[in-house]
Amino acid sequence: MQSSLWNDIPSSWYLILSALLFSLGVIGFLIKRTLITVFMSIELMLNAVNLSFVTFAHDWHQVKGQIFVFFVMMVAAAEAAVGLAIIISIFRSRATLNVDQIDLMKL
Amino acid sequence: MHLILFLIFAAFCLGGAVNLLLQTHPINSALSLIVVMSSLAVLYLLLGAEFLAIAQIIVYAGAVMVLFTFVVMLLNVGEEERTHGSKVAKIVGFPAVFAFLSVVTTVVLEAQRHLGAIKLADAMTTMRELSTVLFTDMLLPFELTSVLILIAILGAVALARKEGHS
Repeated sequence: MQSSLWNDIPSSWYLILSALLFSLGVIGFLIKRTLITVFMSIELMLNAVNLSFVTFAHDWHQVKGQIFVFFVMMVAAAEAAVGLAIIISIFRSRATLNVDQIDLMKL
Repeated sequence: MHLILFLIFAAFCLGGAVNLLLQTHPINSALSLIVVMSSLAVLYLLLGAEFLAIAQIIVYAGAVMVLFTFVVMLLNVGEEERTHGSKVAKIVGFPAVFAFLSVVTTVVLEAQRHLGAIKLADAMTTMRELSTVLFTDMLLPFELTSVLILIAILGAVALARKEGHS
C-alpha cells in the first residue's frame, strides 16, 4: 500500500486541490477591494476548473477534455484583454479602482 | 517520485493562492498568481498533458500575466484600501464557499473508488493525438475561437482608446 501510493496518486487528490483553489478564488473575489485583484481571483477560479478538466481527461482517457481546457484558455485570454481594457477606461473616468466606489454601470 | 512532486507543487499552488489573498499590493498578488499558474503547468505534466503544460506557461503565466502587470504599472495602482466589504459577502458568500467545498470534497471522497489512480507517465497525450481531434472533430469550435479572439482584440482597442481621438 505504501509503495503503491508512492507512485499512484488517487485522482481525487487532484480534484480536491482543484476545489480548494476554486474556493480560494471565490474568497478572493469576495474580500479583495481592488478591481484588478478581483479580476485575478476570477483567473484563479478558471485555472482551478481547468485542473479538474485535465484530471478527468486523464482518468477517462478522453482527449476532448484537454481540448476543452485549450478552449477555456483561449476564452480566458480574450476575456483578460477585454476586461483589462474596461478597467483602464473605468480608471480614466473615475480615477479609482476601489470596487466600493465603482457602483454605476455607466462609465 | 510522483507523490513528492505532487505535494511540492500542490503546496506551491495553495501557498500562491493564499498569498494572493493576503497581499495588499496588486503587483504582489499578480506575482503570486504567476507562481500558481506555473505550478499548475507542472501538475498538468504529471497528468500527462504536455501541450497544455506548455500552453499554460506561454498563455497564462506569459501573455495574460504580462497584461496584468502592465495594467497594474500603467495605472500606478497603490496599496489596497481596507474596507469592511459587503455584508452580503459575509452572510451569504463565505457559508456558500464552505458548503461548496464540503460538498465537493465529500462527493469526491465518496466516489474515490470509482475514479482511478494516476500513474506517472501512464498515458501521455501527444501533440499528434490532440491535434488530430482538434482539427477534425473540433474544427468548427476552433475556428469560432479565432473569430472570438479577433472580436476581443477589436473590443479591447475600442474600449481602451482615449475619447475624442478619431
